[in-house]
Amino acid sequence: MTHYLDFEKPLAEIEGKAEELRAMARENEEMDIEDEAAALDRKARELLQDLYTKLSPWRKCQVARHPDRPHCRDYVEALFTEFTALAGDRGFADDHAVMGGLARFDDMPVVVIGHEKGHDTQSRIHRNFGMARPEGYRKAVRLMEMADRFRLPVVTLIDTPGAYPGKGAEERGQSEAIARSTEKCLQIGVPLVSVVIGEGGSGGAVAFATANRVAMLEHSVYSVISPEGCASILWKDSEKMREAAEALRLTAQDLYGLGVCDRIIAEPLGGAHRDPQGTIASVGAAIAVMLKELSGKDGASLVEARRKKFLKIGSKGLAA
Amino acid sequence: MNWITNYVRPRINSIFSRRETPENLWSKCDGCGTMLFHREISDNLNVCTSCGHHMNITPRDRFAALFDGGVYSEIEVPEPVADPLHFRDSKRYPDRMKAAQKATGEREAMLVGTGEIGRTPIVAAAQDFGFMGGSMGMYVGNAIIAAAEEAVRLGRPLVLFSAAGGARMQEGILSLMQMPRTTVAVQMLKEKRLPYIVVLTHPTTGGVTASYAMLGDVQIAEPGALICFAGPRVIEQTIREKLPEGFQTAEYLLEHGMLDRVTDRRRMRDELIVLTRMLMHMPPPTWGDLPPPGPEDRTRDDAPGAAEDGADGTAA
Repeated sequence: MTHYLDFEKPLAEIEGKAEELRAMARENEEMDIEDEAAALDRKARELLQDLYTKLSPWRKCQVARHPDRPHCRDYVEALFTEFTALAGDRGFADDHAVMGGLARFDDMPVVVIGHEKGHDTQSRIHRNFGMARPEGYRKAVRLMEMADRFRLPVVTLIDTPGAYPGKGAEERGQSEAIARSTEKCLQIGVPLVSVVIGEGGSGGAVAFATANRVAMLEHSVYSVISPEGCASILWKDSEKMREAAEALRLTAQDLYGLGVCDRIIAEPLGGAHRDPQGTIASVGAAIAVMLKELSGKDGASLVEARRKKFLKIGSKGLAA
Repeated sequence: MNWITNYVRPRINSIFSRRETPENLWSKCDGCGTMLFHREISDNLNVCTSCGHHMNITPRDRFAALFDGGVYSEIEVPEPVADPLHFRDSKRYPDRMKAAQKATGEREAMLVGTGEIGRTPIVAAAQDFGFMGGSMGMYVGNAIIAAAEEAVRLGRPLVLFSAAGGARMQEGILSLMQMPRTTVAVQMLKEKRLPYIVVLTHPTTGGVTASYAMLGDVQIAEPGALICFAGPRVIEQTIREKLPEGFQTAEYLLEHGMLDRVTDRRRMRDELIVLTRMLMHMPPPTWGDLPPPGPEDRTRDDAPGAAEDGADGTAA
């Protein structure tokens, strides 16, 4: 069953009607409903087109968080071969919100790391909704060090509401873990490419996305704070998330304009969740292009280029 | 209407009103509630004389007490694009900036200076919690990069005093990007084997803690400072339980292995001198008998090169 977002209600009605007609026709052989159903399909498609070509920033947040959106695991399974998960931070625990390991991308061995949110209640709890604890960042640091040592490119997939705000996470040094992970991203002498596939939630995202190339899916978002959080602080009303989403400029399109995102990956009509396979294929193609752009460069120049890229960010604002 | 009402009265009023509102002559300690006289507090570096509670101190006051004779030269920070996102909540971001500038008399939330502490040349950067909660935006990022570059150029250690609620939301993603940018600055120092000492002051939270404030060679905090990634309120809302007493204070972090030391502000300068000199392979400091290199009193001297003199024949 499709999970409709609140602004897709009119679409749900039309698609529901078409479905009903077809169900009736299946029970009653003589009924000819094809024309009518096709008209409804057309109408639904037009509406979908209309809704998705002008998604507001808040609606993009909703699409980016859609439960049926392909998640890290889906990408890893479809785009990589021989994925061998490597676990643990060697200090305290394994964080299931972060998955990572060795794998082949187009037969080339790489290290892949990403946030995994889970796809049903049980796996979401297991994955802590993609909110990493210090162990997750420390695992990532360990894997990046290994990639550096064995000269393997690193691919990171970003999809997190943010780092987990919990008691244990704080006690074990959440901020230090994030800082070290960002630092490690800047140190490794191998290509590092990131794709924001859903939510790029604040420091929890930066820790993996301080990369040579950062791509974003068309309806993904990347922000310093969630619109709800920003609204409750600046508007003193968490219901003002629409205004906050607007003001924060968190869409892929805005971030491309600001030079934070290097490439926008188009999503199928109606968002990634309406065609996961197509989306995954586009992300795969983008990763291939980005890795190719960086191949053959030596470690020192990759580190230097990464630093320069981030030092330069912010030299221009958005056009008025 | 005559000259008396137009001229004399306002003058008289202004004389009286000036006398009647001697602002901040007395203030109440947030820790123990004792009423403290302003000179008593400022002489004690804004530490309560009764309970030792550390109150906020402006970067300028801190530098005046930190540098030998209160003399340092301010390092210029490249000005970032103003209001890059055209941000507006209930107020426009440029208006909030103007209000903060007016209230503090400062341009932005970080001050960078270079000078000597106990005859040890250093670069220092201090975040101003009074300026929009010390929030880290592009200016603060530029300030830290400028501080690191200056430290590298002069071959000096960098001492950074952090104080911030986190990233500046009004600069959106560009404030978040200061996390990697400031991390690059820290790397510049580390590559040149220059000490980077962080002094975490109340409060240091969010993206600031999760970047340059946690990457020091030595991590010192002031007593009682709140240091965290997610604030206690956010955590209580998430896990729906009361947090233990003293959670996320400097002492708590020290106990959990996240800091090297917790040091009283009044002893901080001495400690910084000791640490930087050892890390820089300099001889032990000479305590107590050093005449200040600049003017006798603690007046500020922003003239470039003022801290560089050392030509008064008093060098150890």
